[in-house]
Amino acid sequence: MRYLPLTPADRAEMLATIGARSIDELFVDVPAAARKAELFDLPLHAGELEVERELAGLAALNRPAGAGPFFCGAGAYKHHVPATVDHIIQRSEFLTSYTPYQPEIAQGTLQVLFEFQTQVAALTGLEVANASMYDGSTACAEAVMMAQRVTRRKKAVLSGGLHPHYAATTQTIAHAEGMEIVRQAAAIDAEAAVLDAIDADTAAVVVQTPNVFGVVTDVTKIAEAAHAAGALLIVVTTEAVSYGLLKSPGEMGADIAVAEGQSIGNGLNFGGPYVGLFACREKLVRQMPGRLCGETVDAEGRRGYVLTLSTREQHIRREKATSNICTNSGLCALAFTIHLSLLGETGLRQLAALNHAKARELCDALAAVPGVEVLTPRFFNELAIRVKGGAARTVEALLADGVVAGVPFSRLDPSAGLDDVLLVAATETTSTEDIQAFAQALAGRTA
Amino acid sequence: MTMLNVGRPTRPDGAAESAGHTSLTGGRGLLQDEPLIFELGGWSKTGVDLAAPSQDASDLGDLVRSAPIGLPGLSEPEAMRHYVRLSQKNHAIDLALYPLGSCTMKHNPRLNEKMARLAGFADLHPLAPQSTVQGALALMDRLAHWLKTLTGMPAVALSPKAGAHGELCGLLCIKAAHEANGQGHRRTVLVPTSAHGTNPATAAFVGYSVVEIAQTQDGRVDIADLAAKLSPDVAAIMVTNPNTCGLFERDVIEIARLTHEAGAYFYCDGANFNAIVGRVRQGDLGVDAMHINLHKTFSTPHGGGGPGAGPVVLSAALAAHAPAPWVVSGPDGLRLVEETVDEAAQGFGRMSAFHGQMGMFVRAYAYMVSHGADGLRQVAEDAVLNANYVKARLSPVMSPAFPEGPCMHEALFDDAWLEGTGVTTLDFAKAMIDEGFHPMTMYFPLVVHGAMLIEPTETEPKQELDRFCEALIALAHAAKAGDADRFKGAPYLAPMRRLDETLAARKPKLTWRRGDNGVAPAPLAAE
Repeated sequence: MRYLPLTPADRAEMLATIGARSIDELFVDVPAAARKAELFDLPLHAGELEVERELAGLAALNRPAGAGPFFCGAGAYKHHVPATVDHIIQRSEFLTSYTPYQPEIAQGTLQVLFEFQTQVAALTGLEVANASMYDGSTACAEAVMMAQRVTRRKKAVLSGGLHPHYAATTQTIAHAEGMEIVRQAAAIDAEAAVLDAIDADTAAVVVQTPNVFGVVTDVTKIAEAAHAAGALLIVVTTEAVSYGLLKSPGEMGADIAVAEGQSIGNGLNFGGPYVGLFACREKLVRQMPGRLCGETVDAEGRRGYVLTLSTREQHIRREKATSNICTNSGLCALAFTIHLSLLGETGLRQLAALNHAKARELCDALAAVPGVEVLTPRFFNELAIRVKGGAARTVEALLADGVVAGVPFSRLDPSAGLDDVLLVAATETTSTEDIQAFAQALAGRTA
Repeated sequence: MTMLNVGRPTRPDGAAESAGHTSLTGGRGLLQDEPLIFELGGWSKTGVDLAAPSQDASDLGDLVRSAPIGLPGLSEPEAMRHYVRLSQKNHAIDLALYPLGSCTMKHNPRLNEKMARLAGFADLHPLAPQSTVQGALALMDRLAHWLKTLTGMPAVALSPKAGAHGELCGLLCIKAAHEANGQGHRRTVLVPTSAHGTNPATAAFVGYSVVEIAQTQDGRVDIADLAAKLSPDVAAIMVTNPNTCGLFERDVIEIARLTHEAGAYFYCDGANFNAIVGRVRQGDLGVDAMHINLHKTFSTPHGGGGPGAGPVVLSAALAAHAPAPWVVSGPDGLRLVEETVDEAAQGFGRMSAFHGQMGMFVRAYAYMVSHGADGLRQVAEDAVLNANYVKARLSPVMSPAFPEGPCMHEALFDDAWLEGTGVTTLDFAKAMIDEGFHPMTMYFPLVVHGAMLIEPTETEPKQELDRFCEALIALAHAAKAGDADRFKGAPYLAPMRRLDETLAARKPKLTWRRGDNGVAPAPLAAE
């Protein structure tokens, strides 16, 4: 077996050093009833060639996003990632290292985390950011729990524009801890409705911009209302590239900003691994979940970095920790940081402008199709349209024309009664030909 | 002095004193003193070339950002050099033994990286039409089959994104099951004193109160104490097996029996599954739920702190409460169930936005298929053999916490042998860095004083184990010989000397800010 270095002679010699006659003697503490003498009912080991064949066979059954016109978004976006990113994250020293518990021999990872935190703080317009969460949805749930700790209140109001899977994740996790989650009905322009639900028991208001229907909202007034009631405003973003064009959450008064960072540096990967961004006001930092990297000096006075404020964390505080998180999303954060370093301010702004322009082009093309109604009044790179005959059936029908038309809203929230709403996204990878193919296929189906 | 015929000396001048030598620029040989990206002056640079947009953003009015973001950019060669230089300041499993107990730092096969990057997996959108992702669903189904077979459990929830997330999933299943059975009043979770910090943190996260179970002299759960604390208020016990002392819980079947008799569920922390994979099944031990760290046992890379993946196997009693999504087989092929509406099951909700860590599923599955039933059994045997070999070689100079009997996949030592030397566990660990090895897990488990927990894993050759043991033996002799300076100031030879963690925590500086370190505030806008 190619991954196992010990030879039979090594094993015999080592058993002799240990003073055991057989390997079975080392498993003596396992109850006899649970010791399996025979192999489990699974195939025997396989060579690299055979493994490649099986997996390539499975991969070939899938249609990658890049195979043709493709318009799915709804929390995961197809972007181009520079080749440099994947090369660097595959370097042994980044790929095969552990959480940087020994800072003297982990400065590579730690300095990257410090750069990552600074980039995320800049993007969100807030003072501090952590070293990443699993993804945007779990970051959202953690933000709500954090608001409970900060305000000592139990209620959170989730806007109807929040991605339904984010709402469900938050509901699952925060409800278990005894929070009251008020989940508002899904609606295209849902943000203003949260104002009526804010009261003196509210720990946090959660709004998403651009929201799940693609609507971009200035949440300044919601921030003012939340603060007037002593609540925190949590702003969620599922498309991190939008930070390059739109006002930042911090600028609009957010106390906590969370986001899905997949769009920068990370592939679609069928839903994971992704990277959750988490930033907040500096005064809240001690209630923050997750790892934090901080600057310090070594014994010779040289600048270096360490994991810090670990008294918030499970390995020190155990049941009093701010979160149970341990492993986070280090390598995806590295990919994010490398890609964003390559982009820089100039590149990110260009990329965001390009995404927006592609979406405008898509919007214009679809709006011209008879029977299609554009529902999103102001968007970044994603919009909702109403299609006759149901969105799910439209997606199914357009597949025959080679077009993956987008995400039916009913797939995210079947009970919302929005079966004719289709979410469509465009990015820098979308070509004018893709858009024309989509519009033509849609016209053919709705004619 | 020996010289080349061009006059260049080819041997060092013996008289030159190297100790205490410092460079003029702060670097150390090939290791440059690398600034932060914010200090490289790239405020207007970019390393990407993008097409010009065909339309403007006038439709968005004042929703558009007016203030600069404050992000530096790097050209591609600068970015490559910056991150490669940083990488060289990291230890990695590809460089040497990484004996972090409880973390299972084993070789990461590159075949798995190659497979995860196939466009059919890597470029697949989570919400693409299900008819276009049948291969991905088949992979999830096959992975589930392997995990269920290896653990002897009937169900698995794939979506948790790491071990602690899996613990959360398992406890939420347990909570849902109790509620469905009219037992929702149960408020307590029992956790041994030796548990990972995530166990009590997770129990508290779910709203349970945590009560500790005592440990016996030989490092196992104290059955009498457990029996005394198992009341009608107990919802679950969380036990790691093999436990964090590296020992198998001999009475595990009795622990399960007592737990079930009290109406509680048995959650097993599967962090140490590597010790028994292919040889012992949790289902035969009475376990109700266990997370499996794919990044430990099944070798998906740790990546400097994730991403991981923490699928949870479930007993028949809990299976119906598993969270969405899951894969079922139907007339039109495989189907992903994303909502529990209209399904027979009573899932407790959703762990995250999508279907779990697909990139890790591909890697873990490639790893499993590569090993097969025979190779995985050999994994457990070699992991246990390697740990016992290290324990046997180091026991004459260090003090094993539990000298009697074999250990499983990790060897635990205490600091009794350092008494009187003036050297602490931390000092000893830092001196290991100078010898080229990553320290072992220190001061954990909490039940052993000055604990040193060594997990070599099965992918270490005997020669590397011998080098490692000889280094530790030499250090142990140095400590006992009174060479305290070697330890107190260590590491001397690493990219950095010991870092001031107290300073970092007292005055947290978590981001770079303009004007830091004498760097003049840079022009913000990148017009």
